[in-house]
Amino acid sequence: MTKIPKEYEDLLLEIQRADFVLVELTLYLDTHPYDQQALEQFNHCAHHSKQLKQQFEQLYGPLMQFGESYSAYPWQWSRGPWPWQI
Amino acid sequence: MWYYQKKLQYPVKVRECNPRLAKYLIEQYGGADGELSAALRYLNQRYTIPNEVIGLLTDIGTEEFAHLEMIATMVYKLTKDATPEQMKEAGLGAHYANHDNALYYENAAGSPWTATYIQAKGDPIADLYEDIAAEEKARATYQWIINMSDDPELNDGLKFLREREIIHSQRFREAVEILKEERDKKRYF
Repeated sequence: MTKIPKEYEDLLLEIQRADFVLVELTLYLDTHPYDQQALEQFNHCAHHSKQLKQQFEQLYGPLMQFGESYSAYPWQWSRGPWPWQI
Repeated sequence: MWYYQKKLQYPVKVRECNPRLAKYLIEQYGGADGELSAALRYLNQRYTIPNEVIGLLTDIGTEEFAHLEMIATMVYKLTKDATPEQMKEAGLGAHYANHDNALYYENAAGSPWTATYIQAKGDPIADLYEDIAAEEKARATYQWIINMSDDPELNDGLKFLREREIIHSQRFREAVEILKEERDKKRYF
């Protein structure tokens, strides 16, 4: 298993934090679609998460496949580490 | 369609190789109230559930696949360095004979996953009550596994998953109320 730099883990954890808020708000909004405050928080967090992922991907490669992330040369997607290898 | 993200929903760490714990954890991988059952149950029910709750079933079903990946990561990390002798001692001799250290959709007793674990009655209230019960059973299973585990790092991940079952149960209860309100509205029009 390759040694993972601490900066990688820290940034990944920040993304996991941001995306957890989004999962929670998504499920909440599914049953509370008229809660405007939650909706505003959702849109704010969605923007924050996108920014963090852009930063991560520039350093460590794509988080998503099928064109949802860009790749540098050579093709980065199929390269590890995969989540269970960290 | 679905997109995969190259990250876990929540970090998974284990203190040491421990195939005995992996054997118990497999219950949440391929058991009746495990994460595979949950994901397939909700993503199958959503096609015929009323519009008001299709989004919720889609989203919770999707989150269950993230949980399935966390369980797989735990099992993988707990067994990847285990010798055949250690697997045998942990009660995984029969598993090793068939699968080496590969993961398999089975419960803690070694029975393979079966579609009979999940229901689809087509009656929205019956389906949602099943979903609430499934979440409560999964929550209880996480608790029983935590009670037997002495790995604090593993338990951190298990506690996260246990809390998610509570949230899902709560959202499904709200979905039942939404459908009841809709039903009562229709009666008065």
